[in-house]
Amino acid sequence: MVDLPVQAGSLEAEARKDAARRNRLLSSPAILIIALFGIVPLLIILVYSFLEAGPYGGVVWHFSTDAYVNFLFQQDIFSGALTFAPAFLLIYLRSVLFALATTVVCLILGFPTAYFMATRPQHQRNWWVLLITIPFWSNLLVRTLAVMFIIRDEGLINDILMRLHLISRPITMLYTNFAIELGLLYAFLPFMVLPLYASLEKLDFRLVEAAYDLYATRWRVLWRVVIPASLPGIVAGCLLVFIPALGAYVTPLILGGGKHMMIGNLIAQQFGSGRNWPLGSSQALILMAAVLIALFAYVRNTTGKPTNG
Amino acid sequence: MKRRVILGLSAAALLAAAPAFADGVLHIYNWGDYTNPKLIQKFEKQYNVKVTLDSYDSNETMLSKVRAGDSGYDVVVPSDYTVKIMIQDGLLAKTEPDQMSNFKNVKPEFVNIYWDPGRHYTVPWQFGTTAFAVNTDKYKGDINTYKILFDPPPELRGQINMLDDMNSIMHAAERYLGLPRCGADRANLKKVNDLLEKAKPYWKTFSYDTITKMTSGDVIVTQTWNGAAFRMRKKIPAVKYAYPKEGIEGWMDNVAVLKGAKNMENAKLFQNFLMEPENAALISEFAGYANGIKGSLKYLPPDFADAPEITPPAGSPTPEFVQPCPPDVVKIYNQIWTNLRK
Repeated sequence: MVDLPVQAGSLEAEARKDAARRNRLLSSPAILIIALFGIVPLLIILVYSFLEAGPYGGVVWHFSTDAYVNFLFQQDIFSGALTFAPAFLLIYLRSVLFALATTVVCLILGFPTAYFMATRPQHQRNWWVLLITIPFWSNLLVRTLAVMFIIRDEGLINDILMRLHLISRPITMLYTNFAIELGLLYAFLPFMVLPLYASLEKLDFRLVEAAYDLYATRWRVLWRVVIPASLPGIVAGCLLVFIPALGAYVTPLILGGGKHMMIGNLIAQQFGSGRNWPLGSSQALILMAAVLIALFAYVRNTTGKPTNG
Repeated sequence: MKRRVILGLSAAALLAAAPAFADGVLHIYNWGDYTNPKLIQKFEKQYNVKVTLDSYDSNETMLSKVRAGDSGYDVVVPSDYTVKIMIQDGLLAKTEPDQMSNFKNVKPEFVNIYWDPGRHYTVPWQFGTTAFAVNTDKYKGDINTYKILFDPPPELRGQINMLDDMNSIMHAAERYLGLPRCGADRANLKKVNDLLEKAKPYWKTFSYDTITKMTSGDVIVTQTWNGAAFRMRKKIPAVKYAYPKEGIEGWMDNVAVLKGAKNMENAKLFQNFLMEPENAALISEFAGYANGIKGSLKYLPPDFADAPEITPPAGSPTPEFVQPCPPDVVKIYNQIWTNLRK
């Protein structure tokens, strides 16, 4: 960072040390905040997950691995024997499927959008970025409720279709899986478009021209030139969509009608009327571990491959 | 437990107009949107005390703050079962409301309650019931049975919202099956489980937002609280609150003083003040539930006092205040609940 003229070795070393000290000093507030509000709460969750549940919420300071055993095995309601209980796994699986579907659809819709934006003349691009960020100007909860008003039985869409006599009875969209998926898609699409745009904007279109000159078809140009070059954006976009979608809480609750739990709702239940904080803690940690492992594998797979064909 | 998220009006804004010089202060920690600013102003004027008001959204939030120690609050308003836990854990001051001058106004049925027998710690704030409401424009049959929720007639199937609340649903199912609350018998719990599995396809949503669900026409039936049903009826006159013959769940919030409160004397004055019928009426006027103080109804508008949601018709079941279930039962409840919504 520090631009030093060539000087005596000792002086340069001194200056470098100074810079390092300054950097450490400057970054210390950020590190402190991360440690205090990022790592300490995680440690508390980790400790809690190995304790016994207090009878009325809270924890009892006795070591126990119940929270992890109970994740997969629970006493059968009828016989009381410890048996394999897939309920939690099913809820996790549902959340993963929703998050995956959201990621894929966001990518399919987001890529052409980002490509379009990146290929506009320079002076127009910022306007398109601004348009993409407009939804962020209002709160997610408000926007989700707005979606609810549009798709409910007496909502805007059904009203228009009925007035046009295209349908005779309202199509039920609200409180279905479709509604959850629509809500997630709507909430997370900008998170896909923006990183894609950032990497497509940097794409050197002379490479595309060169590929055409070498008689590549449009598909070949897309797959061998455009996509590999924008891979960092794709990875970033997918992660930015997948991870928050996995923990989505408000959308399934409001648009799905709460009929099926997602991971977020499941964890919240343990800290509320479930009165089992250790179980909730272990569920949160298992989710985090799963995400980290998937992330690690994903990043290794995608960055390990040669990117230029 | 979102029932107290009620009516507009920011209490804080009005409190800002309180007198600048006072003989003392009182720090109150109550449910959000639950305290009538007029009530606070009256207390401030009468005793020349400056009141501050903070709010919470669940018993658990309040409890964890108080448990952490040195919360700075004098007065809290825990629900029935939370009072029991707080007394057990030694968090409340024994202010002996039963010795106070206005104690004679407390309705006799709210003196010997399980959470504070004889009222040595707390005075009533508000109470209500949890059952369900039906839009009788769309359903004409008998509504005073849990059959409506668990084995509904064809026209109600798929038109029902349930509370996103484990205990309310479990207890309703136990009442319908004629089983005791919090029963640990596994054969009985299996019956509850089977009933819920069978009923689940009839339910459209699980949500606390019962008023909107009903008034938007999303559902015809919703599990709800009496005060919420009262407000639904103001929008849709055909909405009727059910008093199921199998029994009805009651709940009560209570005014308690924290052990070691810095303003103990003012807190006691406040407890006594709230047992005055005219003041209890102010509580109900704002939040819309009955208050457990004799003679307060005459200070309330007749449409509230005579409302069937607030004053149950003759022959309605007596509300049952359910103690918190033992941990082993909650564990199985939790399993049934998770299975139901997996």
